[in-house]
Amino acid sequence: MKVTLQNLTKEYPGRGRKQPQTVAAVKDFSFEIPDGELVGLLGPSGCGKSTTLNLLSGLQKPTSGRIFFGDDDVTELPAESRGVGLVFQNYALYPHLTVRQNITFPLENRKGRDKLTRQQMADMAMEAAGLVQIQDLMDRKPAELSGGQQQRVAIARALVKMPRILLLDEPLSNLDARLRLQTREEIRRIQRSTGITTVFVTHDQEEAMSISDRIVVMDRGVIQQTGKPQQVYDDPDNLFVAKFLGTPPINVFDGRVRGERLYIGDEAVLPVPGIADQDVTAAIRPEGFLPGPGGAFTCQFRGMEVMGRDVSILSCHSSAQTPVIRSIVSAGTAAAPEAGMIRFDLKPGKVFLFHRDTGARLRF
Amino acid sequence: MEQNNRKAWLYLLPAMLFLGVFLVYPLIDVCVYSLEEGYNFASQTYWGLGLYNYAYVLRDPYFLQALKNTFILVIITVPVSTGLALLISLGLSSIRRLQELYQTIYFLPYVTNTLAVGLVFMILFKQTPYTDGLVNQVLSWFGAGPIDFIDGPYWAKMLVLCVYTVWVVMPFKILILTGALASVDRTYYNAAKVDGTPGWRIFTRITLPMISPTVFYLVITGFIGAFKAYSDVVALFGTDLNAAGMNTIVGYIYDMLYGTSGGYPSYASAAAIVLFAIVLTITCVNLLVSKKHVHY
Repeated sequence: MKVTLQNLTKEYPGRGRKQPQTVAAVKDFSFEIPDGELVGLLGPSGCGKSTTLNLLSGLQKPTSGRIFFGDDDVTELPAESRGVGLVFQNYALYPHLTVRQNITFPLENRKGRDKLTRQQMADMAMEAAGLVQIQDLMDRKPAELSGGQQQRVAIARALVKMPRILLLDEPLSNLDARLRLQTREEIRRIQRSTGITTVFVTHDQEEAMSISDRIVVMDRGVIQQTGKPQQVYDDPDNLFVAKFLGTPPINVFDGRVRGERLYIGDEAVLPVPGIADQDVTAAIRPEGFLPGPGGAFTCQFRGMEVMGRDVSILSCHSSAQTPVIRSIVSAGTAAAPEAGMIRFDLKPGKVFLFHRDTGARLRF
Repeated sequence: MEQNNRKAWLYLLPAMLFLGVFLVYPLIDVCVYSLEEGYNFASQTYWGLGLYNYAYVLRDPYFLQALKNTFILVIITVPVSTGLALLISLGLSSIRRLQELYQTIYFLPYVTNTLAVGLVFMILFKQTPYTDGLVNQVLSWFGAGPIDFIDGPYWAKMLVLCVYTVWVVMPFKILILTGALASVDRTYYNAAKVDGTPGWRIFTRITLPMISPTVFYLVITGFIGAFKAYSDVVALFGTDLNAAGMNTIVGYIYDMLYGTSGGYPSYASAAAIVLFAIVLTITCVNLLVSKKHVHY
């Protein structure tokens, strides 16, 4: 099911005298989700991603704009008529019902022509349970399950009614690190095998990058950039996106362009053809540094961190916006600091320039 | 270890003394009294031990009347007051505006003096030489004749007592239930809504099980409270309850001790033990039933 959002806006009323102006949680949000894709809504807390999800589910009504599922305009449809499956952040499993009863709960609501027999419901519940591999847990209560198992039950309950789209609100945030890794593969697998268009919300960029076909980066209710995860990472549209994506985070410097060359401090570190003379914000991915004795960019050496296959070089520079610059080089690369200084060459594709005031990308 | 134990007992001593003197001793004493036959209040002597007191009480028509009254009161008021309180709390929790005002209004009877409430019920139901009472006035609009609710037929008196009891016990239940309803996580309702669950089903399958411990608590305390009804009956029908045919078990016990026909602590004790046995049985039945239907 293709999902289209057109100029979607959600405003919350102000709170009396103290805060009379309305607050827009989502502003003029236009986006199209192709059929069968897994889309990650990504952004920091309060960026409007959960509101967007609630608008999709119908639990909240937009102030303006329209939502289409396929060609149907569902903007005015209440949540129960939209046929969405929603997995809540805290799973919202009914604690007094068994896993089986939880999963069949949505089916028992069907009336009239769609009414199902007990046998049909049991079969469908078993099928959904099989999809998330919880057939052995059907007669337990949610309190007797681990977090990961509860998560699976919640997904099974959302899937059992064959939703037109599946919505997941921070699906992995309540799981520990190992389970998170495992569950995100699981979500990917389930989404692939059912082919249901899926939207999930997360503040964890790694999560979004790893399983999404497409990510939507949001900040303060506005879409910052959409695209394939790698493409957004490699080609950020603005400083916010560049900073938000990537671990370790991108290194940001105050720089300036003179004669089509980027200066950081007093050094010309990179030719930037086509950029007019101006002050810029320069951002360099950790993997964009090539240490070498003849490098153009000189930093004060602070130390090395060896983390498995990668080596991080920690250094600092007076123009950096963070106290520590972190660069990642593959193990075995010779990094020889001289007199406390280390020199780098920069990979052009890993250096992004942004307008000093607006944060908009300056492409070279 | 030994030292610790002694210390612990020392700390428990004040409470144990207090409970012992005011709870355990009287309890045992009541049992003993109920078995002492022909106890004489003045000389503090008795003939012998036996079950005669129980036999007397259980054959006493006044006691049987009190038993019947109490049972009717319990069976009508506990479900009605709990059900009504549930309805009203549901209403209260689904409105936004004026919620606090209504909550206050519904809670007012709880903090109102019993005598004042009794007076209001007098005005509503009592027939005097000057007026038939408000309720009779309303009845007369529908062509129904004046009914003497206070001194008239048994069913009319019972009706007044039940209305009064329900009205008096409801505020507390509403307060507790609105609290319980407010503590149910909203996401359950959202989840149910996304799944297209109709309202009544949300109530029976989600809301009710979620607040079932509270409802259960109210039912148990409601039963116990109604079995102990006395002051309400006095407020409505005066102190000569046997004559009015509106006595309750507690009223009977009181009359046996201090009433005009009183001075029989043995009969009173036997009646008290019977009441205790009834309440215990009902509570046990409640607990058994709750195992299946209450979700903690």
